[in-house]
Amino acid sequence: MSKYLIDKFLYTIDRDPELVERYREDPRGTVDWWESERANVILNIPERSTWLEFTGAERDALGAHDYVALFELGAHTFLLLTLFIAMFERDYAEPLAFQREFAARLGHWKVPYPDIST
Amino acid sequence: MATIAAVIASTHHPFYLRASTATGDDRPPFADEWVAKIEAFRETLTRARPDVLVMVGSDHFHQLWLDNMPQFLIGKAPFYDANYYNEEREFGLPRMGLRGDEELSAYLLRGGIDAGFDLAFSNELRVDHSITCPIITLRPQADLPIVPVYTNIFAPPMPQPKRFVELGQAIRTLVEAWPSDKRVAIIGTGHLSLELGGPRQFGPHGPDPEFDRKAVEWIASADLKSALAEVSLDSLWLPGNATHGFMDFMLMMGVAGENVRADYADSLDLFHTMEAYFTWYPEASS
Repeated sequence: MSKYLIDKFLYTIDRDPELVERYREDPRGTVDWWESERANVILNIPERSTWLEFTGAERDALGAHDYVALFELGAHTFLLLTLFIAMFERDYAEPLAFQREFAARLGHWKVPYPDIST
Repeated sequence: MATIAAVIASTHHPFYLRASTATGDDRPPFADEWVAKIEAFRETLTRARPDVLVMVGSDHFHQLWLDNMPQFLIGKAPFYDANYYNEEREFGLPRMGLRGDEELSAYLLRGGIDAGFDLAFSNELRVDHSITCPIITLRPQADLPIVPVYTNIFAPPMPQPKRFVELGQAIRTLVEAWPSDKRVAIIGTGHLSLELGGPRQFGPHGPDPEFDRKAVEWIASADLKSALAEVSLDSLWLPGNATHGFMDFMLMMGVAGENVRADYADSLDLFHTMEAYFTWYPEASS
């Protein structure tokens, strides 16, 4: 399990306006590109890691915009919410409607939630 | 020696600026009451006539990331750019800039490390809404130099609640001993019960009103004994999955001093979270 890499994906997409749009429009293609080109980029040094990759379940969840599955895989909930608001809030007419749907789709969860520790 | 002009603990709500400036149909029904409470709260800082602000907050995965995550960090820079693209996008927060007080930063780093806190530091820190929200609410002219103090309330493993209290106590002791004639306000923001990215988010109230009721009383009376007895890293997941921000309130209770009742306390039950505002004037009680 590579919770850290899920979080790294959410973090690096969220802070780049072009990548937010690219991930919204082409989730699977963006995940595949990111895993091959960006997953092993260390963020503040000109060197690369050699070992980071998604599991199949993680790749599928990200590629399907499946935030319920990502929550259950232990993605950091702040990163998850922030990026998904950026991508999908615009599709809902009422304020906070997307956020409330997000909550409702997780409604079967009671504490303790999946562990977000990395 | 420096004077602690005020100790202030507050929630930070990134939607305040948008709510308070909205007009017509866009203005939420609670905006006027919220603005009135914030303006009254702002006056508690204004009347303290501070020269410099120590600002306790937390980076929300902006500059600090999981490849290199400090637990406690103090900025030491002459200037802090502030706010990020995703805060502009989601909250409508503007890009801002705040001067830094490098002398006080250096003093707190040296003194804090010597007191047993292995503090990280940053000479180029872009602060986020945990610092700018209280600037917007309490000092919108943004004219005073700051010292940012960042805590990890966000990425496990986090320090124990007791450690936040101890750091607050150390900051209080250090600022009181700072050889300066400046008036220092120590301002920290955190959260009461809060859920983000979970099933209890964005409800009509905070996710755990009972926790909020207790927490407001703990803070108002700086009841560290009760707070430390009931709060742990594990227990803070229960009121809401982002409730570890309460540890920044515990840090501020440490600054205020155990069992010292706040001179000003107010709260506002908003959708999604409870707002709470507290001010102490150590100068008056000493």
